[in-house]
Amino acid sequence: MAKQIFKRPEALKDAIFHYCPGCGHSIIHRLTAEVIDELGIRERTVGVPPAGCAVLAYNYFDVDMGEAPHGRALAVATGIKRARPDLIVFTYQGDGDIAAIGTAETIHAANRGERLTAIFVNNGVYGMTGGQMAPTTLIGQTTTTTQRGRAPLRDGYPLDLSQMLGVAAGSVYVARTSVTSPKSILKTKKAIKKAFQVQMNDLGFALVEILSQCPTNWKLSSVDSCKRIEEEVVKSYPLGVIKDTTGKGH
Amino acid sequence: MKKGFIRIDKELCKGCGLCIAACPKGQIKIGNKLNIKGYHPAEYTEKEKSKKRKCTGCALCAITCPDIAIEVFHG
Repeated sequence: MAKQIFKRPEALKDAIFHYCPGCGHSIIHRLTAEVIDELGIRERTVGVPPAGCAVLAYNYFDVDMGEAPHGRALAVATGIKRARPDLIVFTYQGDGDIAAIGTAETIHAANRGERLTAIFVNNGVYGMTGGQMAPTTLIGQTTTTTQRGRAPLRDGYPLDLSQMLGVAAGSVYVARTSVTSPKSILKTKKAIKKAFQVQMNDLGFALVEILSQCPTNWKLSSVDSCKRIEEEVVKSYPLGVIKDTTGKGH
Repeated sequence: MKKGFIRIDKELCKGCGLCIAACPKGQIKIGNKLNIKGYHPAEYTEKEKSKKRKCTGCALCAITCPDIAIEVFHG
């Protein structure tokens, strides 16, 4: 008798993802849903999706979702959490959302030490609108608005938001991972789980930045996009735990 | 060695090829047929009941699959 060992998590609906082939968003959706299932918090979890590629995340997660204005997911999540502290609230945001238009809301939510979990998907471009330069775009990277590559003196430098949030006193757990191989996917799942546990233990703000591939806007195949992250992107955004004070003084 | 097999839902698969890169035994390939969305979905090259199959049910393909198109079985 064959025993099934891998299937769709219960916290995801039976819907086909609208994401492009090879997109990291779908993997991160699944990991988040698996963590929600494993922690047994599906009935008391609320998600806040962003504006961007993942704006339709409410069609996929089988938990309560409340859409936020562009970049303001952490502000909306703060309201939800303060009104109902018994709920587990997470935001799911891309780099154009959390690191560009929503920078102020993000930094202040972290600095206030809001008991929230933020999932930050960093692919270095504005994916939904056609691959324009984002604050997180690498130096020299070609996008539709930097056709000869991002030049620092004209376009500025890549923004390392996770390092900034690591400095904020209210943040408890900040980590950066990727989803380019089975090994890194499993590491990402562990990081997401920890970020949820930080909130469940009422410790403070937790954020997981996930370097994600965007084959469509990078104009690479799925496998080459993963290679690009492993070889190029990690040089600007090194992987690892940026801040972890879960064991100290809480 | 444990034996396993996988089932790929051809309507969920978008043919990105990440599972092909992940499979340590090289038992997945992109098929010739189109699915309803117009992608060429991946195909599992072994027979589920074959005794010679190499699949161990390690689930690396399913862990990598962005579209949850792969189900993994042991036995």
